[in-house]
This record gives sequence, C-alpha cells and structure tokens, in this order.
Amino acid sequence: MRQWLVSGLAALLVACGQQTGSSTTPAAVAETGGSLRGDFGPPQGEPVKAVLTSPPLVPPPTGRHAPAKVIVELEVHEVEREIAEGVKYTFWTFGGTVPGSFIRVRQGDTVEFHLKNRPDSKMPHNIDLHGVTGPGGGAASSFTAPGHQSQFTFKALNQGIYVYHCATAPVGMHVANGMYGLILVEPPEGLSPVDHEYYVMQGDFYTVGKYREKGVQAFDMQKAIDERPTYVLFNGAESSLTGPNALKAKTGERIRLFVGNGGPNLVSSFHVIGEIFDKVQPEGGTHPQENVQTTLIPAGGAAIVEFHTEVPGNYIMVDHSIFRAFNKGALAILEVAGEPRPDIYSGKQADESYLSDKVGSLAAVSTAAEAKAAGKLTQDQQVQAGAALFKGTCSVCHQDQGQGIPNVFPPLAGSDLLKKTPQRAVEIALNGLTGPITVNGVTYNSVMPPMSQLNDDEIANILTYVLNSWGNAGGAISKEDVQKVRATTKRPEGAAH
Amino acid sequence: MRRVAAMLALAGLSGLAPALAATNAGRAHVPGGSFETVLPPAAGVKTATVQAFDMDRTPVTNGAYARFLVSHPEWRRDRVARVFADAGYLQHWRDAASPGESLARQPVTHVSWFAAKAYCETQGARLPTWYEWERVSAASATRADARDDPAWRQSILDWYARPASEPLPDAGLTSPNYFGVRDVHGVVWEWVLDLGSMMVSADNREQGDPDLQKFCGSGALSLEQKENYAMLMRIATLSSMQASFTSSTMGFRCVAGGGAAP
Repeated sequence: MRQWLVSGLAALLVACGQQTGSSTTPAAVAETGGSLRGDFGPPQGEPVKAVLTSPPLVPPPTGRHAPAKVIVELEVHEVEREIAEGVKYTFWTFGGTVPGSFIRVRQGDTVEFHLKNRPDSKMPHNIDLHGVTGPGGGAASSFTAPGHQSQFTFKALNQGIYVYHCATAPVGMHVANGMYGLILVEPPEGLSPVDHEYYVMQGDFYTVGKYREKGVQAFDMQKAIDERPTYVLFNGAESSLTGPNALKAKTGERIRLFVGNGGPNLVSSFHVIGEIFDKVQPEGGTHPQENVQTTLIPAGGAAIVEFHTEVPGNYIMVDHSIFRAFNKGALAILEVAGEPRPDIYSGKQADESYLSDKVGSLAAVSTAAEAKAAGKLTQDQQVQAGAALFKGTCSVCHQDQGQGIPNVFPPLAGSDLLKKTPQRAVEIALNGLTGPITVNGVTYNSVMPPMSQLNDDEIANILTYVLNSWGNAGGAISKEDVQKVRATTKRPEGAAH
Repeated sequence: MRRVAAMLALAGLSGLAPALAATNAGRAHVPGGSFETVLPPAAGVKTATVQAFDMDRTPVTNGAYARFLVSHPEWRRDRVARVFADAGYLQHWRDAASPGESLARQPVTHVSWFAAKAYCETQGARLPTWYEWERVSAASATRADARDDPAWRQSILDWYARPASEPLPDAGLTSPNYFGVRDVHGVVWEWVLDLGSMMVSADNREQGDPDLQKFCGSGALSLEQKENYAMLMRIATLSSMQASFTSSTMGFRCVAGGGAAP
C-alpha cells in the first residue's frame, strides 16, 4: 500500500516535471541515469563467449534481457599489409584488422577480458576501453608482453558506443599503427531493429614516403607529431570499403552505421554524399539528433548514424574535411541496389547552355543561323548575333566594351593583334590560349579555355561583332573560316568553358 | 656419485672459461662518464653517471648459449624450474641441448632474465645496468651521443616498424657504433640487470602523476625526453617483462667491470 503510494507520487512528480518541461522545451527527454543506474546485479546463467567480428561487420544483437558474464578474447597481432595499392605498412592490430574486432555486450554485463599478445609480436601492448569504469580503462591491468596474456574484468555500467585503443608507450604510435576499435554496450532494451549494421572507423596514418609512394613504408614520427597525415582512411586501407569491398544495401532499407574515429590526431567531419542521417547519436551518446547532414566525430570518439535508403546508386562516405577524402583516401562506398525512384530523384533531366541575365534576346542568334543556312546571311545579322553571344560568353573577362582588364585579360577594343592577324582570333577562340601574349605592347599571361560549347556559326558571328565594334577595323569572319581552322589545328580534348 | 663428480669437473672447467669466452666474444671498452638519461635517477636530476666498463661487442648467440648449457644443464629447457623461465624458454631450438645449425649464429632469444643473468655470471661478467646500456645505445657510428639526430632516431624506429615474424639476422652484421659495439639497435631487445627497479607505470600515460613516486622507486620517475620514442619503446618493452618471461625478440649481452656488482 505504501509502495503504491510512493510510486503514485513519483508518477505524479514525473508528470508535473514533464509538464513544466514541455512549456519551455518542446521534447523533454528521459534520462538514463548513467552508471548509477547501470548495475543490474550479478551476472546470471552460464558465461557467454562474445562474438567478435572483423570490420565492416557487426556482431548480432545480444538478445539478452538479464546481465550475463561475457568472455572476450582479443588477440594482438602485428601484421604487414597494404595500406594503399602497392604500399605496405606494418599495422599493429586488435584481432588482425584495422580497426580491431567489434565487441558487443549489454549494459550491466560483467565482461571478463582476455588480452593475448602473440609470441611473434615485437611490442608489449595493452587496452584502454572507453566503456570501462575504472582507472586507465583497463590499460594497466592488461599490459602484456609478447607471448603472454592478461585478464581483467569490468562491469559495463554505461550504455553507448565506445572506442577502445592501445595505451602503451608511445601511445600515439600504437594508435597511429591501427590499435583501436569499437565496443558497443547495448541499452538494456536493445537497439531498434534495422536491415544492416556496419562498422566503419576512421584513422590517420603517417608514412615516411608520400601518399601512394610504393613499397614498404615506415611510420614517420615527426609527421605524426606535426599532425600532418599521409593517409586518412576508413577501415585502415584505401580500398577497404570501395570497389568489390563496398558496403551493400537495397532501397527501402534501414541502415545503421557505427562510426568511430581512432585518430590519433584528426577529428572527422563524417558525411554520406546524397544521404541525410535520419538519426544520429552524436559522440555515441544516448539522445539522438535528427536530420543531420554531417556529424563531427572526435578522435577517440564514435557516433551511431541511421538512415533509410530510397534511391539506388552509390553513396560515398567521406570525411568532409574534403582534401582528406580526395587526396588522402578518406572515402568509402555504400552501394544501394533497387528500382529507380524518379519521383524522389530524377537523374539528369537537361543540360542546356546557361547565359545568365547579361544576355538580351538570343533571337538574333537564331535569325543569323537560319539566314546562314539559307545562304542569305548579312554582316549586320552576324554582328547582331555576335553581340548577343559576346555578352554571355566573352564579356566576363574581356568586359562589355572589349576593354579587357589591365594586366590580366587583354583588350579586344583597338587591338593591334586583331587588326594584324584576325585569323589568330579564330584559333584562340577555338583552341584556347595558355601563356604569354602581347597586345598593344602589353604582355598578358593568363589562361583562356577553348570555347568548345560554341559552334562554328557562333564563333564566326562573335568575331565579326568584335571586328566591327569599339573602333576596330571592321571585316568579317565566315563559318567557313572557322571550319578551316578547326580542321587544321588541335585543341584539348573535352575542354569546356 | 659419479655424475656429481662429473658435474663438478664441468663446473671447474667453466670456472676457467670466463677469460677464454671474454676473449672470444670480444668486449669493447666504454669509458665512464655522465650523460642525459631518459630515466632520471632522482627528482630534478637529469644526468646519470657510469664508471668505465667493457661490453660484449655482439649479443650472446644461440651457439654460445648452447655451450653454456653443456656446463650448466640445469638451464636446459627440459630441466629449468618454471619460476626461472616461462613456457616459451628456448622453444625455438631444435632440441633441448642445441639450437640447430641455422640458429647457431643468431642472437639467443626466448631467454629469461634469470637465465641471462646466470649465463653472464659464468663468464665472470654480468648483465649491463640500464644506464650502461643506455649510454652505449645513445651512440651512432660517429658520435657518442647521437640522440638529437632525427635521421638516426628514425632508423631505430624503422626497426620497430618491421614485424617480428621475420627471422633474426646473425649477430654482428650491423656496423659497430662509436664504442665499437654492434647490434645495439635493429636486432633484438636486451635484458638489463636492474630490470626490477626501472619499472615505469604499466599505464604510462600516468607518467606525470606525482603519486607514482611513492611506490615505483627511484628509477620510475617521469620519463624525460618524451620525444625520444626509440628509448621510450625500449623501456616500455622491458617494463612489460617479468624476470621469468621470454620472448622471440628479447636477448642479452654481458658486461664486465664498471660500478655495479656482478
């Protein structure tokens, strides 16, 4: 009776609390109580051997509803393998992979941890699990010489996704060589069901040789201290999640990624190109954020991100500190198979020239083209068509009145070059120009791309307009003149304005 | 009874051996002196001083260790007491008495600190102290203390980067350093005499914690020269080993003379 009263009172209090909360913040969130409420008593039943998986795989849910004693056996293995194509590196690993084996337990579990250092290891190693409550996170208790094994036990009091890593001196070097991984402490009720769970972990690597320099590459301590990585990678190698190793899914599926960042130095701006995370547990915390584009993952931290696939195709995961993605390897691919969904994403529907609002009517252009086809083109029509095209294409650099920009882009108005060699203008318009050119006694050294988007009619009309404007000497360039130059000169392939 | 007599005879022979072995192995003379150490002897003291000593030019080889076992069969892997050497002791040898031809000239590994200490004592010598070893290890080919040379440091780190699964080279193939000692870096880790007193915290991130001074002894103060990773790793490795432990990369060499009692 008294108990009922108390719990009734508590319910009332909670209800009040929520009401007050809702007046200020729209969604008051229940607190988990942290480690204070994470001890569910002594382990029950027979000890369970933890299933460990290599990345990108994640062990199945524990499916347990009571605290258990879980035995984890993790082997340290120093191993040489490819970090990029043709580039070998000696990784120090937990379980033979970078990142190390994924460990999955339930909040309240008692974890008996065995760290085994292979006899052929050169170094002593240990492990600091961020999911451990206790000094050093297990580091001192697990310090293990080559050819030995250590044991320690902890109770997983806090739920969440946690990084583990080696903490032996020099700590930075052990981490830089790949000694990190993730341990998931499931909430007591488990995680919501999804179609795929994947394990992705970023790390930065420091080699003596340059990015993709072939051969066996040694660790470069100075670059590591300077925080100038040679590689920034997902899952320890450039090709670990691309090509045949890409992550796979279908449309209409729920994906959950456990994304860690081992560091040792960089913070990750984790982003999936073309997807929006429906739900993120930033920093591996309990309360989710929704509708997130890019989530920040600190070194020695992790996040859980979830999204639903709608449109088939390749989704590229990057560290959106973007030079890392395209110049240091921080790139992974999720291949989504399924029927196209044009109602959500159409694909390319048009590719037309866009001439901005500087363009007046382009009617003169089509009038001139028709007249040319009919063999009745006048110089006046050419000039009018050329004027319209000039505004959209040429005036950005050469300016509205053909005056150019001093010392950067040469003038067309009163140009001695045009006067002396009008054919040269055809060449430049067609093929572009890189390097010095002297106009009216001034040397310019800029780049003009080839005007590949213009047809021969259009180039002829533009140049005729230029020859008859701003005090230039007059004259005309015909379509045939342009054709002749196009046939007899070379231009860069595929170049466009 | 006869067997005891034979053993005594052997022991007597081994008593003669030291001079012979010392000449054979060859020791290099290392002058005494002071140098800046990574393990300060006391709070606020950065230098360590060692007296002159003679150090084996190369690590002890499997072949030399096998000869020791003839006179001291109690150290054979099939007879050694487990408290003095763990289960890995000499496990890479062909049989309990001999390493096999291919290993004969390689540095002996899979030996415990107790075994290494016993070996040196039969040579009328002892294991080097950490400071003696550190003094010699600081040398490059041309300088007594090359630790400020980044290229030299990187060459040491390069060895750490190679996996230990490769076979060891024969002893003595690297070029001698300033003191005429070979294989100090790039071949094996080496036992030191004062292993027990140089423990650093097993969680070395605690090295700034002043509380540690209370129980870790004088050799365990915070590490100096934190940028000297080559030395840090050597110390980390030594501190992970107990005296009965053995590993595929832990060998030793002996010294004579100097200040430390054998």
